[in-house]
Amino acid sequence: MQEQLTELLQSALAEIEACKDVSSVESVRVKYLGKKGLLTEQLKTLGSLPPEQRPQAGQLVNVAKKEISEKIQDKKEALETAARNVSLSSGKIDITLPGRNAGNGSLHPVTRTIRRLENFFSSAGFEIVKGPEIESDYYNFEALNIPDNHPARAMHDTFYFDANHLLRTHTSPVQIRYMENNKPPIRIIAPGKVYRCDSDVTHTPMFHQVEGLLIDESASFADLKSLLISFLRAFFEQDDLKVRFRPSFFPFTEPSAEVDINCVMCNGSGCRVCSHTGWLEILGCGMVHPNVLANVLGFRKIHSDKFNGFAFGIGVERLAMLRYGINDLRLFFDNDVRFLKQFS
Amino acid sequence: MKFSEHWLKQFVNIKLSASEIADTLTFAGLEVDNIESIKPDIKKIVVGKIIEITPHPNADRLRVCQVDVGKSKPLTIVCGANNAVKGIKVPTALVGAKLPGGLIIRKTQLRGEDSSGMLCSAAELGIEGDSAGLLILDNEARIGTDILDALHLDDHVIEVDLTPNRGDCLSVFGIAREMSALTNTKLKQKKFNKVRVSSKKKISVTVTAGKLCPRYVGRVIENIDPVAHTPVWMQERLRRSGLRSLGPVVDVTNFVMLELGQPMHGFDLDKISGGIKVLASKGKQKLKLLDESTVAIPEGTLLISDKQGPLAIAGIMGGSASAVTNNTKNIFLESAFFSADAITGRARLMGKHTDSSHRFERGVDACLQKTAIERATALLISIVGGKPGPVVEKISRNNLPGPFRVSLKQKKLESILGIKIPAAKVVRILTSLGMKVTSNKSGWSVVAPSYRFDLKHDVDLIEEIIRVYGYDKIPEVPFALSAKPESITERKINARQLTDLLVDRDYQEVITYSFIDRKSQDLFAPDENAAILKNPISDALAVMRTSLWPGLVQTIIYNQNRQQSRLRFFETGHCFFRKGKEFREINRIAGAITGGISQEQWGTKARNVDFFDMKGDLEAILGKTGELHNFEFEHGVHPALHPGKTAKITKNGINIGWLGELHPDIAAKLSLETTIILFELDISAVLRRKSIKYRQLSKYPSIRRDISILVDEQLAVKKVFDVINQAGGKWLLNLELFDEYRGEGIDSGRKSLSLGLTLQESSRTLKEEEVETVMAGVLAALETELGAKLR
Repeated sequence: MQEQLTELLQSALAEIEACKDVSSVESVRVKYLGKKGLLTEQLKTLGSLPPEQRPQAGQLVNVAKKEISEKIQDKKEALETAARNVSLSSGKIDITLPGRNAGNGSLHPVTRTIRRLENFFSSAGFEIVKGPEIESDYYNFEALNIPDNHPARAMHDTFYFDANHLLRTHTSPVQIRYMENNKPPIRIIAPGKVYRCDSDVTHTPMFHQVEGLLIDESASFADLKSLLISFLRAFFEQDDLKVRFRPSFFPFTEPSAEVDINCVMCNGSGCRVCSHTGWLEILGCGMVHPNVLANVLGFRKIHSDKFNGFAFGIGVERLAMLRYGINDLRLFFDNDVRFLKQFS
Repeated sequence: MKFSEHWLKQFVNIKLSASEIADTLTFAGLEVDNIESIKPDIKKIVVGKIIEITPHPNADRLRVCQVDVGKSKPLTIVCGANNAVKGIKVPTALVGAKLPGGLIIRKTQLRGEDSSGMLCSAAELGIEGDSAGLLILDNEARIGTDILDALHLDDHVIEVDLTPNRGDCLSVFGIAREMSALTNTKLKQKKFNKVRVSSKKKISVTVTAGKLCPRYVGRVIENIDPVAHTPVWMQERLRRSGLRSLGPVVDVTNFVMLELGQPMHGFDLDKISGGIKVLASKGKQKLKLLDESTVAIPEGTLLISDKQGPLAIAGIMGGSASAVTNNTKNIFLESAFFSADAITGRARLMGKHTDSSHRFERGVDACLQKTAIERATALLISIVGGKPGPVVEKISRNNLPGPFRVSLKQKKLESILGIKIPAAKVVRILTSLGMKVTSNKSGWSVVAPSYRFDLKHDVDLIEEIIRVYGYDKIPEVPFALSAKPESITERKINARQLTDLLVDRDYQEVITYSFIDRKSQDLFAPDENAAILKNPISDALAVMRTSLWPGLVQTIIYNQNRQQSRLRFFETGHCFFRKGKEFREINRIAGAITGGISQEQWGTKARNVDFFDMKGDLEAILGKTGELHNFEFEHGVHPALHPGKTAKITKNGINIGWLGELHPDIAAKLSLETTIILFELDISAVLRRKSIKYRQLSKYPSIRRDISILVDEQLAVKKVFDVINQAGGKWLLNLELFDEYRGEGIDSGRKSLSLGLTLQESSRTLKEEEVETVMAGVLAALETELGAKLR
């Protein structure tokens, strides 16, 4: 019995040792340790032994069984590790190949700019509102204190559909529409397209403005000034940006001002963009004209001593040009992908 | 408004340079656009007088002049100009003189005669102008004076871009008045004495339109010298303000307009029959104007007429028949106050925007007319002589504007500006601007001068105060933020989310013009009622778009012409519709794609985009609402889309968009060689989101069954889905189509669909028999309703 076992053990170990892959190890296991395996058969013969020999013989078989199964386990692991090592070395890819579907779209620079304005003014409590682009004479002019034949109309080269309908020349009509339906305090900005009958190197017949309106009990020119200065510094990401206010004229504000910033291209030392003045005209603003408030139904009752308002208008393309260093207005509407993709 | 620095300083003795003047004006709201030096690059040119002139012995066209240049001996200068005569004073370039362009004058011989200098024309001095002959200087010019001094050529032209409210600054005197207030410098008030009347001649003036012409002043001047010349000093001032010299009468009226701001007009008296009538036009009338054009006069236009008919369009332009010519002996001079209402809009309507209409539209000082006519008369008779008659004045007192009384409360001043300005300072500023100020308990009451008719409200005074005080003195205060928090609702979809989604899916956003050409409109949307511009900038930008597609397709063509083949664009914007007098705008989002599905790539099989690529993008947008199943894709017909590849998108039966391939006929007309897939959607249809509600996850396993069925090739897959969803009952958790096949092995006219059904019960594991029952029901329904056979 003992000799037989030793022989079996020797041959099993030799066969395990000779295995080249996991499946042949498995066949060795079946051959010796399976249900009908050689060692299992040996165990079955124990019953034919005299009872006093049985424990010892059983122990011998179990020791052999244990040794074989340990060897099989070791061999399997060794083979698996070897196989993984082979696949690790052969499975190397060129990780410098470009990835799939890497495309990134882009927002138009005008939209990007409007969004930055919206984000700034939203955070200051301004609601974003929109209005129609085909306007009536009333909302575009009359209500804004630009009566028929006012010389200021010559400043707006207007596209007409008929005597009363036109393409809005500014986003200011949204002020009136909003005031008609809301009570103060009011804080709105109105971004959108505007149109003027003008087309050359520095004018496109369509462009974008953002109108702002605030009406409150204590709104003053000082507030307007602070708000716009902090906006401009935030927009150009320049905390020390120099800003100056110049008196100007708009029919719907009084007092009115034009706002200049230190040229962001040359830092004020003078260049082509700022016509060598060091300054750039950037937006118009002022305190809402009492005639405008009086024109809005429902606002007539508001005592002008109680509520003040201010309004401002910002040209989006101009801001975008300065921000991104775009030197030709017409690029915005050519929509050349080589231009657009720069804003992704 | 252009004026010379030298002229300005005649009225206000400021010690500022041109650029300092410009800054002062700009920061007071009179924006200076341009400063230009007019000093020519010349040297050693002086005033000389021809004291003797003799023919050149060897040349017919040349003459030899003795020229007194203030030295002990006159210079001998050979000259070829026709207008060289004894006694005139002319610019004389001395030996060593430098002319514009670097020419140096040397002592020379001309046809054997010595010449020690050169007599100059205006062109040779570098002043633009008539170079037909020598520039004949005014007799007052002092011999030997450097020409730069004699003609005040060391001067700047300052151009102010005036806002429409500042009509009072449309004159040199007006600017001087402003500078005087801004710099605290005394204004040299010019005294224009009344001219001595030396004739009784006058003509009658009748004003029937007193509202449009509250004041009309006129006078006859007889017996003027028709061939007199405008003096050089006046020509120079006109030139520096951008006006050409056109003879003494016109020059003087223009000069007074520039100097004082009063537009004037001179008529040839002998061409006026009877008296002057100032009236509003009736019926259809025509008039040939000074510029030789004939205009149809809009009814109601203010006219200056005589017995025969219109002589001039008041305040805009005179007629050619009554114009002063170089034969005119007697004139009638007009200095009127026409109200802005009489002029505004009309000049533009007739296409005649003139210096005169520009001023009347913005408003002229209603008290200026007599001063102006005296000034003009004095200047005129000093040039052309003549006998002035008495001044005739017609006034419609009720229609004269003013006085302009405004009151201002100190509290209002402070609340508008947000700062305190000392009362004394306020009074000083307003007084310096010509206002009469009375202080009272709560503030001030002010009478504005007649030229400041723009001051009507308290806020107008506030602007005056702050523009002089300085906007820079308003401090920056921290801006008070709103206490109202922003809405963070999930029920609304911000349009930004839609555009961001497309950007993330590799689309480029474009912005195209809202107006397109008529041809494109007819091609893409022939049946829509488009809004057409009355005054388009060009035919290419004439019709308001009813769809974003024409712009997107044009953008594709533009880029294809620049070697770009894979293009993915979207745009959001309004589309416009007109029905009679009603205009409607719809905000839309649209996309257009063409070319490869991805960039050319080593690891992806190259193919061009198709309908379903874009449908996926569109479904992603619609899915933002949380209710993709509420949107239906139906076969539709659209004039711009391929008839077999058109989806009409509806929600609750309402058409909210389209998806499809560009119609091959349109592609052919546009010479497009690639397929373009398009979609367009009303943004309002996707701005609401279903509120999110969590559904319990099942702990029990789901069971999947795959089936392949054969159906009619024309059958819409949507129908198969509908039948399965219906028959599948409440356990059907998910349904997907994983293969669509037609061709080999399948009868023609049929197609094979492979579908995966996932079943699940939330509270227990489904039994095999239950699953089999559901599947049998599904197959039975497919067979009876759609004739589908299990493959």
